[in-house]
This record gives sequence, C-alpha cells and structure tokens, in this order.
Amino acid sequence: MFARILALVLKEFLALLKDKRSRIVLIAPPLIQMIVFGYAATFDLKNVPFAVYNEDHGVASRELLAAFDSATTFSRVAELTYDSEIAPLIDGRQVLMVVHFGQDFTANMLAGRSGALQVIVDGRNSNTAMLAINDVREIVDRYNRAWLADHGSSQPPARIETRAWFNPNLESRWFFLPGIVGIITLLVTMLVTAMSVAREREQGTFDQLLVTPLRPVEILIGKTLPGFIIGVGEASVIVLAAVFWFKVPLLGSLLTLYTGIFLFLLSGAGVGLMISSFAATQQQGLLGAFMFLVPAIILSGFATPIRNMPQMVQDITLLDPLRYFLVVLRGVFLEGTPFHLLLDQFWPMALIGVVALSIAGWLFRHRMY
Amino acid sequence: MTAASLAAYSPDQIALEVSGVSKTFHVGTRLVPALQQVGFRVRHGLVTGLVGPDAAGKTTLMRLAAGLLVPDAGSITVLGMDATTQSLAVQGAIGYMPQRFGLYEDLTVQENLDLYADLQGVPESARAERYRELMHMAGLEQFTKRLAGQLSGGMKQKLGLACALVRQPSLLLLDEPTVGVDPLSRRELWDIVYRLVREQGTSVLLSTAYLDEAERCDEVVLLHEGRLLAQGTPVELRATMQGRTYEISGNNLEKRVLLAKLTHVPGVLDGLIQGDHLRVVMEDTTPPDLEILLPGVSGMAMKPVPPRFEDSFVAMIKSKSGGKKFSSPIPAGKIVPGIAQTYPGKPVIEVNNLQRRFGDFYAVNNVTFSVAKGEVFGLLGANGAGKSTTFRMLCGLLPPSGGTLRVAGADLRHAAATARERIGYMSQKFSLYGNLSVIENLKFFSSVYGLSGKRGTGRISWAMDEFELGNIADFTSGDLSLGYKQRLALACALMHEPEILFLDEPTSGVDPLARREFWARINALAAQGVTVMVTTHFMEEAEYCDRIAIMAAGEILTMGTPGSIKQQTRTEKMPAPTMEDAFVALILAHEEATA
Amino acid sequence: MSNGTSMGSGKMRIRGLVRKEFLQIVRDPSSIAIAFLMPIVLLLLFGYGVSLDSEHVPVAIVVEQPGADTADFTAAFHQSRYFNPVMYANTRDAEQAMMAGSVNAIVVLRQDFAKQLRDPDGAPIQLIVNGVDANSARLVSGYVQGAWGTWLEHYAQLRGQKFEAPVQMEQRVWFNSELRSRNFLVPGLVALIMTLIGALLTAMVMAREWERGTMEALMVTPLSMSEVIVGKLLPYFVLGMGGLALSVSMALFLFDVPLRGSMWVLIATSALFLIAALGMGLLISTIARSQFVAGQLALIITFLPAFLLSGFIFDIGSMPPVVQFITHIVAARYYIAILQTVFLAGNDWSVIVPNALALVVMATLFLGVTWRKSRKRLE
Repeated sequence: MFARILALVLKEFLALLKDKRSRIVLIAPPLIQMIVFGYAATFDLKNVPFAVYNEDHGVASRELLAAFDSATTFSRVAELTYDSEIAPLIDGRQVLMVVHFGQDFTANMLAGRSGALQVIVDGRNSNTAMLAINDVREIVDRYNRAWLADHGSSQPPARIETRAWFNPNLESRWFFLPGIVGIITLLVTMLVTAMSVAREREQGTFDQLLVTPLRPVEILIGKTLPGFIIGVGEASVIVLAAVFWFKVPLLGSLLTLYTGIFLFLLSGAGVGLMISSFAATQQQGLLGAFMFLVPAIILSGFATPIRNMPQMVQDITLLDPLRYFLVVLRGVFLEGTPFHLLLDQFWPMALIGVVALSIAGWLFRHRMY
Repeated sequence: MTAASLAAYSPDQIALEVSGVSKTFHVGTRLVPALQQVGFRVRHGLVTGLVGPDAAGKTTLMRLAAGLLVPDAGSITVLGMDATTQSLAVQGAIGYMPQRFGLYEDLTVQENLDLYADLQGVPESARAERYRELMHMAGLEQFTKRLAGQLSGGMKQKLGLACALVRQPSLLLLDEPTVGVDPLSRRELWDIVYRLVREQGTSVLLSTAYLDEAERCDEVVLLHEGRLLAQGTPVELRATMQGRTYEISGNNLEKRVLLAKLTHVPGVLDGLIQGDHLRVVMEDTTPPDLEILLPGVSGMAMKPVPPRFEDSFVAMIKSKSGGKKFSSPIPAGKIVPGIAQTYPGKPVIEVNNLQRRFGDFYAVNNVTFSVAKGEVFGLLGANGAGKSTTFRMLCGLLPPSGGTLRVAGADLRHAAATARERIGYMSQKFSLYGNLSVIENLKFFSSVYGLSGKRGTGRISWAMDEFELGNIADFTSGDLSLGYKQRLALACALMHEPEILFLDEPTSGVDPLARREFWARINALAAQGVTVMVTTHFMEEAEYCDRIAIMAAGEILTMGTPGSIKQQTRTEKMPAPTMEDAFVALILAHEEATA
Repeated sequence: MSNGTSMGSGKMRIRGLVRKEFLQIVRDPSSIAIAFLMPIVLLLLFGYGVSLDSEHVPVAIVVEQPGADTADFTAAFHQSRYFNPVMYANTRDAEQAMMAGSVNAIVVLRQDFAKQLRDPDGAPIQLIVNGVDANSARLVSGYVQGAWGTWLEHYAQLRGQKFEAPVQMEQRVWFNSELRSRNFLVPGLVALIMTLIGALLTAMVMAREWERGTMEALMVTPLSMSEVIVGKLLPYFVLGMGGLALSVSMALFLFDVPLRGSMWVLIATSALFLIAALGMGLLISTIARSQFVAGQLALIITFLPAFLLSGFIFDIGSMPPVVQFITHIVAARYYIAILQTVFLAGNDWSVIVPNALALVVMATLFLGVTWRKSRKRLE
C-alpha cells in the first residue's frame, strides 16, 4: 500500500513539475506575490499629499503646520491662496485633504477661545479618509496639550493614556502579513488540486487508475500529498520571509504554527479535490476554484473584521477554513497564543478537511459523465 | 508510376504539386524530421490516397498543403497558388477536414453548417439549396437539430465532410477521415467522395493508414518515415506481388501456434490469421513447399490467392527497413512466463442480461455472453453500439442498471481492490501520462500494481525488451508516435501479468505494421491462457478472434466464430463474403428490421 | 459563390464566429454563471458582508471603585453605538478576556479616579487596545477619544463651565460625508468582479479551441487572425456588459451608492476596462494553449493583484515606490480610480481622462500581443 501511494505521489510531482511552465507558475508567483503584497497590504498612511490654505499667518498655525510636516503620514504639496483652489485639487485627487486656518486662528487662541482648524477630506476611499482624520486628530491633541501647558491654562480633568498590546507601534503590516501567508498557501493548494482530477478525467487516465488495484483512499492520499507537501514547503518559505524580511515577530511555538498549517492544508486540499472531482472539465474545475477562493479570502477576516459582518454572513464564514487559519496565524505570530487556546480553531479545519476529502473520494467512483 | 510518367501531365491537370519539401519539428530538445525531400503531384478529378504508416508525415503534408505550416525547404502549389505566400487565397479555395473533424460538439448540425458557411462566405441565397444537397448526401436530414457531440462517430465524420464542402471546393483535403469509424460509415464516406469526384469534378487528397482503403483510390502516394516511397495506381503497386500470396487451411489447426512457427521460416515475408485459415506472403515468386513451411504438420492444404495492396505495402516497407524491425514475431511461451496453463471451457467472464440506461436511452440492453479462459473474444459494432459502455461496466468503471456480470468470479465494482490485479485494461485513448517519460510511466504502473523490488525491476526490463522501448526510455510519452504510444500502453497494461486483458479499440488509428505486431503479442498471450476481450472497428482483426459478437443499438445481433458469422450472410450474390461484407449486411438487415 | 474568396465577406465571417460563440455560451451555462450569477452572489455577500465600519466593539471597562463620576463616564460608552461595553471589577479579569479575544480593548478607571479629576493634572484613563489588528485598534482608540470628548463636554456643562480646546478641529468629508465604507467598497467590488468576469470568460476559450482541434479547422477557412480575435471578443464583451449592468444596478438600488457622475461616462469607461480584461484573458489563453496552464495563470494573475494592488482596500500612495510602480500594470487600478470618482465625486475629467487613457494603452497592449502571438500557423 505504501509503495503504491508513493508511486502516485511521485507521478503527481512529475506531472506537476516536469512541465517548465507549470513549474514556474507554481514556484515563482507565490514568492513574488508574498513580497509585493507584503509591502502593499498596509493601512498605515505614508506621505499623504495635503494642501494648506492658511489665512492666519500667526504663530499658532505655523507651529501646528510644523507638527504636520514632521509627521511621516503627511506631505505638504501645495499652498493655496484662494478658496476656489480647494475643489479642483481634491476632485482631481492631487491631494487627499486640505487644511484650512481661518483669519483669526491665532488671535482666537491667544484670547483663550478656540481656534478653528478646518480639515477637508476626500471621502471617496472612506477608510483612508478616516485614517487621515485620526492622524490629524492625534497631532491636534498633542498640540493642544502642549499649548495648554505653555500658556498655564488648566488641563482637561481627565486624559487618555493609550497602550497597545502585541503590536506597540500599531503597524498594520504585522496584521496583514500573516494573512497573506494564509492566502498564498491557499492559492497554491488550489492550483495543485483544483484541476488535477478533472484533467485526468479529460485525458482518460483516471479510468486507467480506477482499473488498477488502487483503492479510492489511496488515490485520495496520492492526490492530497503533493498539494500538501508543496503547500508546507511554500508556507515555510513564506513564513521565513515574513519573519526575516518583514521582521514580523514570531512569538508562539513552531509546533502550534505547523499544526495550524497542516490542518489548513488538509482542509484546503480537501476542498480543492472535492471541486476537482465534481468538475467534468478543467474549465469547471477552474470556475469552482474561483467560486471558492474569492469568498474564502474576502470573508476570512483578512482585511475586514468578521465581527462587522451581519450575522448571516458570519455564519457562512464558519465554513471558511481560512477564517480559522488566520486566527491561528495572527495568534501564533503576534500574541504567542498557546496551543490549547487554539483548539477551537483546529477542530473545524480538521472537520472541513475530513468531510471534503470523503466527498472527493466518494465522487471518484460515483461521478457520472 | 515514375516521376517521368508524371511529368507528362500538363499544368492545368495538376491540382496540387509538392516539390522538394522538407519539414523538421522541435519536440522538446530534439529535432524530428517529419518530411524529407518529398515531391509528388495530385491530378485533377481523381481521388489520390496519401498512404503510410503512423508518423510517416501524412498530417504534416496535409497541413502544409492547407497553408497551416511553412515548409523548411521546397514549395507547394495548390490550384496554381503558393500555399505559403498565398495561404489565405488557398484556404478560400480548398476544403479541409482535420483529423478530429473540426466540429463544435456543443453546436447542432445546422449551426455547424451555418458557421462554416459564414466563414467560407457562402451567399445566403445559395445556402438552402446547398444545405439540402449536403444533408441528403450525408444522410443527416433528420438530425439537423441534434448537437454534433451527440452524433455517432460515423455521423460526425460525415458532418465534418459536409462542413468542408459547404462552399464547393476545387480540392478537398481529408486527413485520416476514417479513424475510429465503423466499416459501414467508412463505406458511406467513400460513396460520397466518389460521387463528388464524378458529379462535380472535385479533386481529393485523402490520407489514411488503412490499406484496404488505399485500394479504393485512383492513385496512391506512399509515404514512409517522411520520405516518398512510391506513387502509382493500386493495381500497378499490387502487380509486383503476383504469385507470392497463399492461403493455408486444414482441419485441426492450432492457428496461433502455427502462425508463430510460420513467421520464422526463411522465405516467409508475412503471415496472418484469416478466420479459419492462415494467409502467407512469400519473399519471392518461387512456389513454397508445405513440408518446408510447416514440417511435421499433417492434414494441411495450400492454395494461391490474389494479392492485396497491403501485401505490397508490407513488402515494400519491410525491404526498406531490412525486414526485421516490424512484425518481430514473438515465439509462443516467452511472453508471459508466470501464467498458469489453460483450462479451456471454464468461463472467466460471464454477463447476463446486462443493461445500462442513460436517462430513457438504453446504451446497453439485455446483453448476455460468456468468455472462456484463453479465448480471444471480439466485440464488434458501429460507433455508439454500446461496446465501450459494456467494457466500462465489465471493468467496474460504470455501474450497470440491470443484469449481472462476473469477471474472474467477481463484480469488479464491488469486489476488493485486489481483484483488479487480475485484469489489464487498455483504452482507445492509450491513456498514459503524457508529460511523463516512457520509463516513468512504466515505473508508475509497476508500483501501482504492487510490483516491488526485484519483480518490479524485472517486469520493467521485460517491458523495455519485449516492446523495444529501450531507445526511447527517456522520451516524453506525449511526444511519441501513435504506434509507440500503443506499445507503451500495452506494456503498462501487461505489467502485472493479468489473467484477463480488456482492449478497447486498441489499434484505432494505428498502421497495419504496428497492428500486426500488436496482434502477434495478443496471439502469444492467448496461447498461454490469457483471456482477451477486444473491441475493434477493423473487420480484418475480427478474423483474429476465436469468437465475436456483433452489437447494434445496445444489443447483440449475433455471436459466433468468424467463420460461422460469415456463413450466415452468404448469398448467391455474395458467395464468399469477407468479414466486412458480413458485418455490413448484418447491420443493414437489423436497421431494416427496426425501421 | 463567385466572390466566395473575396475579402469583402469579413462581416459575414465575424457574424458567423460571434453566433457560434453565443451558441456555445448558451449551451454551457458556466459562462452565463460567470457573467450573471457571480456578480449577484459576490455583491450580495460582500456588499452586505464586508464593512470596515466597526460598530458595537466589545470593550471591557474596569471600574475599580464605582461612584458618580465613573458612572458619568461609563454612560458615554453605553450611549455610543460604537461600543458594546462589558463591566469588570478588576484589571486581571479584563486582561484575560482580551487574551481570549472576547474584548478588543480595555478602559481602566483607577481607584482614585474621582479624586484625581480635581487635580490640576487631571485623571489618567488607561486604554489598552489589542494591537494585532492595528487598524481596528486605531479605530477603537479614535472612538474612545470621541466618547471621552462627549463626556468632557457633559462634565464641563454640569459644572457650568465651558471647556474649550485651544484648537478645535472641524472635519468636512467630501463625497462621502458619513464615511460609509460601503460607498467605496461597492464600486471597488464592481471593478474586482469585472476583472474576474473578463479574465475567466476568455482565459480558457482559445486554449479550448486548440485542445479540441477546432482551431485547425477555423484556420483553414479564409479567416484572418484579427477576425478570430474580434469574433471571440464581441460575444464575451456583450456578456460582460450585461454583468456590469447588473452589478451597477445592484450598487445603485440595493446598496444606495450615489452616482454623481454621468451614466455615459460610467458605461464608456467600463467598456474600456472590460476590453482590457477580456484582452488579458485572451492573451493568457493564447500563450498557454493548454487549459490547465491557462487556468493556473488566470488564478494567479487576476484575483489577488486586483484585490490587493488596485487601491480597492489598500491606499496605493502609502505603498513603497517599487510596489507603486508595479500597481501600474494592474488594469483594475485605473478602473477603480474612475469608478470611485464617477460614483462619489462626479465627472471629474482630471481623474477620468488619464486613467481612461491608461486603460486604452493596456487594452491595446493585450490585444496587440494576442494578435502577434496568434499567427495563422500551427507552429
């Protein structure tokens, strides 16, 4: 039995890797994508272009602008002199926001009243807009505190002291990189499995397999293992890249991490093979892969929290193995979550994998075409 | 038949002229010459056959003539135009049917016609008339609304032909139009082709690996390994074989053993089983002596028979390749050493009232037969008669809707996986892993059948020797010629020394030499007690079987020895029917009865 | 029949090809599923499912010594729709809740909160956020600041004072004043879906003709290669535009995304993008010639780049220059820029024209390379 499975696995590897195009497709893009996406996926704003419309020219506006200039978030690209210049700049997306100081900004402040700082933001990308507003608010708050201290005024009766656990500088890249590890691992698994049975069916070799003494279980293992091995290999490389290239801390144990990777690959390969066994043609296999992959990624909590979704959609995400894997990855990387706290993530992946693989194995012999 | 006699034709009599054409392909890192310095002419108003074994360069030549490939050297003139520089104009003037007929299977018959009429620029006003003509000719009038994918192979072929003819071409190129098509459909195709030539003066160039078809051509161009071997009429080519062909018959004839002996006798060029007889071709016209041919065998008789085109073809190619390479007859007793001796008469395959329904259509209905150990049992029928469906059920690939079946005492669909160790299966597509090399395929199948260690390596080297795969061990199997693919597929199916061998159209598209070699092996296996179940379109192959069953519309029409079936159809008009005559007569009679 | 070979019947040939392709589409429902079912499913799922607007964030509030002042403060949290406050008596329990993931932040009011309120320095309020999801953490921290501000005003009012911050920030958000993330995610989704539709519809069609041997039959007719490409493009273009119409109607009527620009600009630029996306699919199909490799390429090239590198979710301006450069080869990037502008801002030509030009360049490039690569020969 072992020798037969080994032969199947070897055959799958040869079939996958002998063709140069297919070899390149499997190895190069995942690594390139890891690096590129690793840099792309961040909510930390940098060099957001903004314009200043300063009618005040007093000391306060100058000081506040200096605070803007010293922040890496913003970069001043234009000085306006008329009201009417604002709209074209924002409409044409040359700046994300315009900061406007009224004529008596400094005067008001010196008189103990509030100086009004108007911030006009392009809301087309509401998330970027909100992040920019938050950053402006932080700068303003800091300035306010300094001003009150300098001018001997009374501070507000309470202040907030913020501390962030696990990610003290709140680098959003730390959050996304483990997610990208999960996404790319899933993609590779689907590449290897989603069309493999359909292709053999189209070429007639699947019949040839079925008339040999191979049991469906053996074919199943033979078809799962290559995706599994390639997946573990690529996941390892990607994890290394995350740790050593992007310097994401890896606090948890490798055992926990690899348990997660194994179970996730089991479920991913299972779903891929199930799709492939359902499909009569490679085209249907590809479609199936997309129809699974796109929702699986978007609903996994990768970019938008599952908590924000309506209850019904949250229930759907329970079927998504990536959802569990992301919790494992983020937990192990950033929080050092111990094994036992992740059990609730492990068993659903195992269950999805076992169910999907069983369906795939059953379909081997029962799918009519 | 020489270049000198051809030169006598005036240019307006020439539909296609090929001169000094060479073409080389890159396969992986290798350079494979497909055509070398080929030159010939195709005359107007005739059917010219482009005949040659597998990988002779027929398809390459067809594609060159259609302007789909550019020759490395030489030139091709089609209807006075250069096929390379004026390819669009050439394509507007010829009709071309590629090997798989070029049909869209998810379009109906009518829609396929419309498409090609649009592409060929047939004026709307002329279409209704033309369609009627073509559909009548192809016998597809009642099927215009049917999807092409649901047509039988023969109907597809005729539809493909109709599409190629939709704008009446001056030259029609048909690339192996009869591969995988039953004899009845082949006859009909030939009728159409001749009607075209007769009524419309169309010139036809038709490539084929079937030599009985070459006999139907006006002229034949023989290609072998990319070179021109001969050109002439079939009669001219056949004439050289006069007085060299004999038929041996006798009562107690163990034909497979005798044939194996015969082919080793010096002076014998070729030998075949022909129903109850043996047919031999001698190297020269010296009359042979039965005593020398079959020493120590008594009760035999020999009589001269008229030569066929196939004889001259085999003779010509054998003399080219030194006589050894093909038909290396395998001595009985050597092929499968592990198999136990026969117990004749004990049924190994038993099928009772087998049924298979797809929707409300019965693909197989009430099929009953049994096959004894060591028997070669043939399943014949037109495309779509239910042969492959029966096979798939026997191999456990498809559950039957009704009836029972037992193979080696078990129903393979439910039996333990180890029961499948007793069968070998070779499908019509030669299903191998195309991107694996020859040796990798062999290793894979030997491991899958659980042959490990010494036995595994032993079987692999056996396969390499026996099937002469040593030189090509590292070639990617997808790049092999059809003949080699077939050898490799058979080697893989025999890896584990099965007791029962299922062969689903094992020789489809393969040339006569490869077919002979193939059957030499099957004969040797059968002689050792391996039960062989085979489907085929070649009626000549039916003669190699011990018993055959003819299927139509999912049912068995008749069953018996080849001789007895020929006997059934003997009439006054047809005193000595061939297997093909018998087949066609039976099918036609059945169609009339059901119509 | 006399002008059968003339090149003048190109229209007839294309018509034949287009009809053939349509029939194949009708026969194989998977293409229709791609064009119509996929937008419906994805938009419903994501339009309702995906949101960056956090509401009801579970927050632990630790009040070590409850009193009137702390009740006053916590009321601000109870009233806010952003929070789902959970009260704890000590920090340890709250921290454990955060470790287990049941709360996202902890607000701690120390024992001497009431006393310190009267100190000149003011009372410290400790906020601990879970930084794993840095974005959520920032949002939560912003919401807490907001709640704090509300409380502060209330606090001053009660004492007849008026607390005025030296700098009072007034924000004005243009185009999307409520900062509804759906308003920007839905146009992005439309672009994402159109990328998938475009590439999936055509990625396999050329490869399929090669594998099934029908390409050979097509080539022996007087078709030119550009006719083949047009014949392939046109049907899927119509199908894709149908999918687009569906997506846009869903965006407008189901998700109430405003359309401030003109419908015609939307249609014209979408058509442009669709041609580019279909062209990419055709190119994949032409290069690969096998459905297996074409499928793999389509999986890799289309979805993730359009998802991550297009500005759909992640701001392109904040990426490193090299990555920003790479985003230029993602056609969805230009389309998303146009869509967000046409939907939310209006016909702003300074955004639309350059991005539309980029789409023209990409479409030309894809189709040009496809045309070059598919010469009418079998080699």
